Amino acid sequence: MTAFLIRRLFQAIIVLVATSVIVFTGVFAIGDPLEILLPADASMAEREQVAESLGLNDPLPAQYVRFVTDAVQGDFGRSFVYNRPATEVILERLPATLELTFTALVISLVIGIPLGLWAGVAAGSATDETIMTGSILGFSLPNFWQGMMLIMIFSVTLGWLPSTGRGETGSLFGIETSFATWDGLKHLLLPAINLALAQTALVIRLTRTGVQETMPLDFVKFARARGISSPRILFVHVMKNILIPIITVIGIEFGSLVAFAVVTETIFAWPGIGKLIIDSINALDRPIIVSYILIVVTMFIVINFCVDALYSLLDPRIRVSAQ
Amino acid sequence: MMAFPTYLHGQSLSARALRGLLGSRKATVALAVCILLIGAAMLAPVLAPQNPYDLAQIDFFDSKLPPLSGGSTGITYWLGTDTQGRDMLSAMMYGLRTSLGVGLVSGFFALAVGTSLGLIAAYTGGRLDSLIMRFVDLMLGFPTILVALMILVVFGQGTWKVILALVFVQWAYFARAVRAAALVESSRDYVEAARCLGLSAPRILFFQILPNCLPPLIVIATIQVASAIAAEATLSFLGIGLPITEPSLGLLIANGYQVLLAGVYWMSVFPGLLLLILVFSINLVGDRLRETLNPRLVQ
Repeated sequence: MTAFLIRRLFQAIIVLVATSVIVFTGVFAIGDPLEILLPADASMAEREQVAESLGLNDPLPAQYVRFVTDAVQGDFGRSFVYNRPATEVILERLPATLELTFTALVISLVIGIPLGLWAGVAAGSATDETIMTGSILGFSLPNFWQGMMLIMIFSVTLGWLPSTGRGETGSLFGIETSFATWDGLKHLLLPAINLALAQTALVIRLTRTGVQETMPLDFVKFARARGISSPRILFVHVMKNILIPIITVIGIEFGSLVAFAVVTETIFAWPGIGKLIIDSINALDRPIIVSYILIVVTMFIVINFCVDALYSLLDPRIRVSAQ
Repeated sequence: MMAFPTYLHGQSLSARALRGLLGSRKATVALAVCILLIGAAMLAPVLAPQNPYDLAQIDFFDSKLPPLSGGSTGITYWLGTDTQGRDMLSAMMYGLRTSLGVGLVSGFFALAVGTSLGLIAAYTGGRLDSLIMRFVDLMLGFPTILVALMILVVFGQGTWKVILALVFVQWAYFARAVRAAALVESSRDYVEAARCLGLSAPRILFFQILPNCLPPLIVIATIQVASAIAAEATLSFLGIGLPITEPSLGLLIANGYQVLLAGVYWMSVFPGLLLLILVFSINLVGDRLRETLNPRLVQ
């Protein structure tokens, strides 16, 4: 077990180092940040001075070594645009993204699980067919377009909900969040629905499969024989068994929601890390791009590592086959 | 001699797939829509009322006309015009061409790369196998959009770079499926027989084992083409995908987004609907193919 975990940890570090080298080289190859940072009429001396202060004159390997030495100490460099530490800029925007992701996750569970249960119980019926076709429609809907349609319908035509920004945040248990104010909640609703849609389709599929696999099992038959009511069997006995795989997948999917927030945040001008990365790509703000990618990749490595560890704990075959 | 796959029912694979598709009304309609859209995309230069790339045919004074309005040259703009006075219907047909082209080309390369690596992994086993599969696990652990974004940031933009990014995020699905199927197949008698006949390893792999791994591959290829089209549209919308010179549906929608709040809905609603219909029908076909070709469900 320990050997297995150490090997995985070692692999994770290799992936992180490889990503940092590739991203650093690649980001370095695109464009010249001086073009964007300096006014068009800047003199050569000014250019030279800024390039020197940003360390752009050093050879690439030297820049990389300096980057890694600093990164290990938690310093990812200063943003060219904000002139503040890149990590600080990213971490400052992280709560907005997490709030959005979390709300989307809750919406997808609240809508997805009941629909999945319904489709699973009524497998083969017209209801099942409709729900499943709906879920295919759900993950076929281009996320960005669906967001635009939400804006068009609910903000432009009906004027019910605001279309951009995060709105007012309030303090709840000492955390700045949109949940605390009515205005914040109104701003949160459309982006959260936008992000939740594809996820809902996934939850429906998972729940339906779970129900279909669990219903024929013996314990369900025995529960019936004991005269337990159908709703109780479904919501208590079956539910307990299908929640485990759903929660596992949702845990993994939380990460991809953070990644997909890039699209949602761009459409709704939500001030999270997704919008930040797109803005930074356009502004060639290298420190932000590199630190965003490394932070998100690290997040994924940690999530995947935890899932691997959990699985190997539950299923000894994985441990054996990995040796 | 090539070993053509014969199945439980003694039917060819294509006949089984087609019969499965036609057996469901929903899938039949979806297939018809797919064929229609592919036809429209291929014949766009002939069918489109206007060549959206030909500046001589575009009248700037016709810009932002709503659907069904008549243009100054007597042309009817069925779906309205964009900010430069282009006919939306024509622009969408050419956009469909680009979107489908990118989706099919990247799907093809992902299939080729993934299948080869999956077959090699299954056949050689050992260290190479675990190395390839670790890489597959790694790829599948990261969301498509993040990896594609990283690749485009690193390599810059352009049509072939978008295709490269899509291939890079999709090959792993093919590799995993083909490896699993090939592992089952390589323990069968016909592979043993082929080995005894002294056939070379590549020949056994590609002409004996591969044809029998086709059912899961076809299903994944269908679904991956749909997801490639959607991913390309998303990347183009974010401004890190295709160049403006060859607007795909995603780019058309992005242009429409600029004027959506001003009430010019047709520039984003129609290309979006077309994209949705395209991706939805390919996915419906894929879903039906999975139901009919899945060997676990056949018995």
